[in-house]
Amino acid sequence: MSGRRRRAGEGPGASLGEALPLDRKLELYYWMRLTRTLEERLVALYRQTKVVGGLFRSLGQEADAVGSCYALESRDVMSPLIRNMGAMLVKGATPVEILKQYMARGDSPTRGRELNIHFGDIGEAGNTRGFLGQISPLGDMVPVMAGVTMTFKMRGEDRVGLVYVGDGATSTGAFHEGINFAAVQRLPLVVIVENNGYAYSTPTHKQSAVKQFVDKAIGYGVYGEQVDGNDVLAVYDCTKRAVDRARGGEGVSLLEFMTFRRKGHAEHDNQSYVQPGEVEAWAADNDPIDRYVRVLIDREKVPQATLDEIDARIHREIDAATDVAEASPLPEPLDALVGVYADPPAERPLWYRDGADVSALGRERAEGWGTWDASKGGPR
Amino acid sequence: MGRVQGRAALMAEITYLEAIREALDEEMARDPNVFLLGEDIGAFGGAFKVTDGLMAKYGEQRVIDAPISEIAIVGAAAGAAHMGMRPVVEMQFIDFMANAYDMLTNYVATARYRAFLGCPMVVRGPSGGYVRGGPFHSQNPEAGFIHTPGLKVVYPSTAEDAKGLMKAAIRDDDCVLFFEHKYLYRRIKGTMPAGDHVVPIGKARTAREGTDLSIITYAATVHKALEAAEQLRSEHGLSVEVIDLRTLAPLDDEAIFATARKTNRVLVVHEDTRTGGIAGEITARINETCFAHLDAPVLRVTAHDIPLPYAPALEDFVLPQVADIITAARRLAAW
Repeated sequence: MSGRRRRAGEGPGASLGEALPLDRKLELYYWMRLTRTLEERLVALYRQTKVVGGLFRSLGQEADAVGSCYALESRDVMSPLIRNMGAMLVKGATPVEILKQYMARGDSPTRGRELNIHFGDIGEAGNTRGFLGQISPLGDMVPVMAGVTMTFKMRGEDRVGLVYVGDGATSTGAFHEGINFAAVQRLPLVVIVENNGYAYSTPTHKQSAVKQFVDKAIGYGVYGEQVDGNDVLAVYDCTKRAVDRARGGEGVSLLEFMTFRRKGHAEHDNQSYVQPGEVEAWAADNDPIDRYVRVLIDREKVPQATLDEIDARIHREIDAATDVAEASPLPEPLDALVGVYADPPAERPLWYRDGADVSALGRERAEGWGTWDASKGGPR
Repeated sequence: MGRVQGRAALMAEITYLEAIREALDEEMARDPNVFLLGEDIGAFGGAFKVTDGLMAKYGEQRVIDAPISEIAIVGAAAGAAHMGMRPVVEMQFIDFMANAYDMLTNYVATARYRAFLGCPMVVRGPSGGYVRGGPFHSQNPEAGFIHTPGLKVVYPSTAEDAKGLMKAAIRDDDCVLFFEHKYLYRRIKGTMPAGDHVVPIGKARTAREGTDLSIITYAATVHKALEAAEQLRSEHGLSVEVIDLRTLAPLDDEAIFATARKTNRVLVVHEDTRTGGIAGEITARINETCFAHLDAPVLRVTAHDIPLPYAPALEDFVLPQVADIITAARRLAAW
């Protein structure tokens, strides 16, 4: 399992994305457009101060998140990063959950405990959707996903793990220890490095002295590929190959997706550190959705009306989800004390808060938690 | 005759270290989800041989030799625990738990609260001083983890508790940090109770009954306190109660307050450094709850606020000794 590099379009697997049937190609369009439109709705809610904290965009990176996660089966487990809302949607996260989560509602997936898209749903295949909530310290999800996939290997389960990190997280100890551990154990794990040019304000040349991040694959003795992250079919193709390798017992892959972060780290960030014209050039010439629309219309002969119909459906879905989220309750303050440990199930309020209504303390989960019903089957 | 010999063999004393190994062995036999992960723990049996023989018995899939990667070891354990496994990971020395501090405090400790994900895992390792181990093989870093909501911390002083608490830790649905005192590994022996011996987490133990003053402590200093208590009785006529906390998170408030109300004079002793150590927390709790019962301020005997030095003369000066406990106890009794 020596390190290898391959660019998109090379090799026999290059047709995996193009070989997808048209209905699945349209699904890819749906997920990318849903990601962008949902984020646009979140911007509107942010400006109305209905989003409690920061807002993180993946504008221009929708192909990388959607195309890669689309290569997984529903039983597989994926760990997203902050630009991977699209991957979470593909894995079954719903717009309602995301809106409630950003708006810190009491019946959001984390009941108002965590921010933005920091939530997940993992466990048994079939009973969970298979995505694991990230935490803010970067790189930490690589060792955790090594443990998740180690369990697959121990139990002989036909399941694969996929974890996203950014260019910045490759500098962390957790990334290094995690991918090295997974490589030594030959775990079924795909590690995706999204190279979007900046970690907050820090450009990649201040992050690492390697010419390209895929070069690190050689150092870990794992398979490596670099791909155009704004070409959704190439991203799918490259990821599917790595997922198939993992499923076949060939161990870890490190994939580098070349893309660009067209918004700031979060909505407050004006990107003063980006070269003039850089954002505009990527938007004009290398927008992943615009590029894919041209593929669908020019090559696949999809009528514009079909895409318009999908767009209209997405708007209806997001309008309905926004109504649900805006009507959802705020957290009950005492729920803050529930569930640090399995035992005891709740902390008591401190004595100077005596007299508070403690009836909420015994509850495991708020009514109406989440929006996904396991009994109704998988996410797709 | 054979039966008598069999009984004698059954009741034989084993060391603190062997008691931990026995707990690991019994839990691995009981639950196929229990597995061990750490550096040099498999073929070699661990730096202190705690896991000796377990790879031969349970195989490489359940006793896993890891690279020198404390972040990855703890992180991978968390991921496996999410999926229903029961990992027990070894820090070769507990000092190296600092390398996994982010993973333990930011990821593991918060998982249930922020994501409704359990982390039923044990992080164990040789801890503590009095062994001439120098600054990086002698530490007692428990206070930093007690400060973190979401973690449980145990630190036994007897072989019986080492076994029973390890079994409880493995069965607990949350992450338990299991501090093993390396000074006690082969110096302390005990007879294991028959059957499935589980000691509940969160319950202190009265190591010695007394009426004049109380010493609240844990781990190796329990034995220093017991030695001091005997001298205080024989040489100074003082009746000293010794409470062995056994679990540091959650603290057994009931036992702490009961002994404070009984003797009205409390000395807290620990091997950890003074500033920000657990003695401060215990003192505050007694103040807030038992002030009217106190005949004297709560006093502390702890290590000096110094990285632990190597030379015997230096280490002995920095760490609490029996004579220090006697000095402090006499001052407390005379208040």
